Amino acid sequence: MRQVLRRALGALSILVGIALLNFLLLQLAPGDMVDAMVGEAGGATPEYMAELRAKFGLDQPMFVRLARYLGALAQLDLGYSHRKQAEVLSLILDRLPPTLLLMTAALSIALPVGTLLGATQSRRQGSWLDTLLSVIVLSTHALPAFWLGLMAIVFLAADRGWFPTGGMTSFDAPADGWDRALDVLHHLALPALTLANVYIAVYARLMRSALLELKGADFIRTARAKGLSTERVFWVHTVRNALLPMVTMLGMQIASMLSGAVIVESVFGWPGLGRLAFEAVVARDTNLLLGIMFLGSILVTLVNLGVDLLYSVIDPRVLARGAS
Amino acid sequence: MKRRAALLALGALGAYGSTRIVRGRAPSAVGRRLIVVTIEPTTVLTSAFDPVMTNCLIGSKVMEGLVTYDVDLNPVPALAERWEVSPDGRSIRFHLRPNVKWHDGADFTSEDVAFTLLESWKKLHPFGRAAWATVRAVQTPDPLTVDVHLEGPARYIFGYLNTFGAQVLPKHLYAGSDIRGNPHNQAPVGTGPFVFQEWQRGSHVRLRKNPHYWRPGQPRLDEVIFRFIPDAPSRAAALQSGEVQLALGGAIPHLSLRRFAQNDRFQLNTDDGNFLSSLSMVLCNVRSGALADRRVRQALMHAIDREALLRLVFRGYGKVATGPVPSSVRRYYTTEVPQYPYDLARARGLLKDAGHADMRLQLAFGQPEALRTALFLRQSLAKIGVTLELKQSDATTWLRHVFTDQEFQLALTGLHMLPDPTLGVQRLYWGKNIHKGVPWTNGSGYLNPELDAVMEAAQIEGDEAERRRLMQRWQQIVQTDLPVLNLIESAWVSVSTANLQRPTRQGDGLFDNLGDAYFA
Repeated sequence: MRQVLRRALGALSILVGIALLNFLLLQLAPGDMVDAMVGEAGGATPEYMAELRAKFGLDQPMFVRLARYLGALAQLDLGYSHRKQAEVLSLILDRLPPTLLLMTAALSIALPVGTLLGATQSRRQGSWLDTLLSVIVLSTHALPAFWLGLMAIVFLAADRGWFPTGGMTSFDAPADGWDRALDVLHHLALPALTLANVYIAVYARLMRSALLELKGADFIRTARAKGLSTERVFWVHTVRNALLPMVTMLGMQIASMLSGAVIVESVFGWPGLGRLAFEAVVARDTNLLLGIMFLGSILVTLVNLGVDLLYSVIDPRVLARGAS
Repeated sequence: MKRRAALLALGALGAYGSTRIVRGRAPSAVGRRLIVVTIEPTTVLTSAFDPVMTNCLIGSKVMEGLVTYDVDLNPVPALAERWEVSPDGRSIRFHLRPNVKWHDGADFTSEDVAFTLLESWKKLHPFGRAAWATVRAVQTPDPLTVDVHLEGPARYIFGYLNTFGAQVLPKHLYAGSDIRGNPHNQAPVGTGPFVFQEWQRGSHVRLRKNPHYWRPGQPRLDEVIFRFIPDAPSRAAALQSGEVQLALGGAIPHLSLRRFAQNDRFQLNTDDGNFLSSLSMVLCNVRSGALADRRVRQALMHAIDREALLRLVFRGYGKVATGPVPSSVRRYYTTEVPQYPYDLARARGLLKDAGHADMRLQLAFGQPEALRTALFLRQSLAKIGVTLELKQSDATTWLRHVFTDQEFQLALTGLHMLPDPTLGVQRLYWGKNIHKGVPWTNGSGYLNPELDAVMEAAQIEGDEAERRRLMQRWQQIVQTDLPVLNLIESAWVSVSTANLQRPTRQGDGLFDNLGDAYFA
């Protein structure tokens, strides 16, 4: 119990630190929201700009704004976006599901495909198949996501008409039910594949090297000596142990995908969080950006907790070590 | 990196474009629905106080102004049926169109116009504040008449009466509220041919037909959808696929236009942006250093082959600028100003006279699409011994650098000059418009009392011929001193499928309400 409490307190202090850091970091960007607004509108008078700054509280000294921000955060209030004229929380909650959907879809393609490719390669180490797969995996990994996405749009959507060129739903889509799910899936296919492509290579390489490392391990030899079949030794003993680094990587990538999806979201016009964050940067919408960054850090903290738990499921030794 | 990919993509599109057939639903099903591709507005859809292009591209289909403009930028009646200016130029009487209703059923009256003028255009609108500053009083003798009394003649008001400059808000929904924060800004109620239906953030805005529109027989479409695609090559692909049918000015970059121009499934329109009259220009910081010397600025101008710039970077979509007022502003445009033909020998001579044979200058720019122009300039100026260092940043950083820190040397940008030079052009040169920290003011720091006197005289001149003479005079002064190097009048090019008809050609076609649009 005390363990859990200590853990939660640790996470909390990390979150406060992150909030502080986020705030200070955003002070470094030249220009504020009023500059961006007036720049977009094509002009203003000095008085009008001063009036807007006062209205948005931007005329206050930095520590006052920081105190206000942390104070609001303590009451779980993420604030108001003056640029979007909406509550930050509702803006984020609107955009979170599409990003989570895209992320989940991409990972559920990348993880099994990458694992399978890596496993195949390790079993045929040094063969022509190993080399061929390495070349394919690495060269698709080297393709920038926006280029690959664009090519997918040009050839598979615009040219063949197999997929829509972008967006998340069609304009005639039914509001719910299976038809809607299918419609979303149809729109999801290309962006998810594009995003997955980047990660497939990472998992394949990781799996391959982890498996090769385990090849000569003592417990594998023991399993073999027990008379277990090659397949069983491979899938149950070797692969299971190789999954540990994969889970670590997965945790790291879920975090990076929140931001990494911005390019894919832009190319495919996917209404996700990455684009919202990007727009907030351009518009100097500090409240919105701080909100996104803060929720992002909560998500990362949760994912890390989840990864820790997953470790102990995959490898009971982790739990034993943690308890001792 | 991104640019290179775009080029590759364009190549691929070009190779496949010509043989492609239109896909998607058959024309009969979509024949009365138009999908327009655009960039999502940041905050609101109205431009009654926030005249951002992206807002107005959408809002103009819902909300109207007093007039529209023809391709030569003459006002054409819209919500105002006709108008009279008193002989002394100090009052304007607008006669409003009868039997016009707001989308919620309320009557459109002179009260709406007076309210928006006083509370929004005059108080909040960045240009309107200047345009309407001279308004002394507004009277509404009857529901269809608005009398605007001015301190003095203000002909420039007639350059700014459309939905971009003077969009009318419904008083009954706005009175007593904070106009900027009114929720109707995101769900507008207007008098236009299309009624706002939904704005799904990050995805689209949907408008449907207004069955009670005041212009008989319009609108001809049932539905207009604005689909948001942030990435330019993806917009081009969506248009090519037939999923969207119209890309209004600027949505398709100049580089990709040729592909559409050469394909008879598409048509291009270059009049739509006449109203904006945008110029690509370089602001020179004349406060100190070599650029304080007029001869240096003239030398730079002589060293830039602007015909080549137009051909290579703008792909021919535009014209070489001849002065501070673009040729689309017909009424005040003049070629009777000093010209700076491409002449390297002369440029070198001028630099030598000024004592700056070899020098380094920094060129700052904040629009990603300006990169190619910046590279062109660097190459051009190298030929006269000027080493140009490029400083690229995001738009807001650039604004701070130029207008607040004022530490720049050369700043490359594109800016709307608008139909009346007093509103659109004067701001860049007028000595009284040097305001530290305020974007799009006189950023060069150029101060010339003689010019100021002529500009101010032109501003309040009521006689059209005299006003034109004064405007031409100030163009001569500006073009001699060159605090700003005006390079190219860049065209806003709209691309649509060939079957989309927009019969009325408008100078402010970007903000055309699409009431007459239909699929042939």
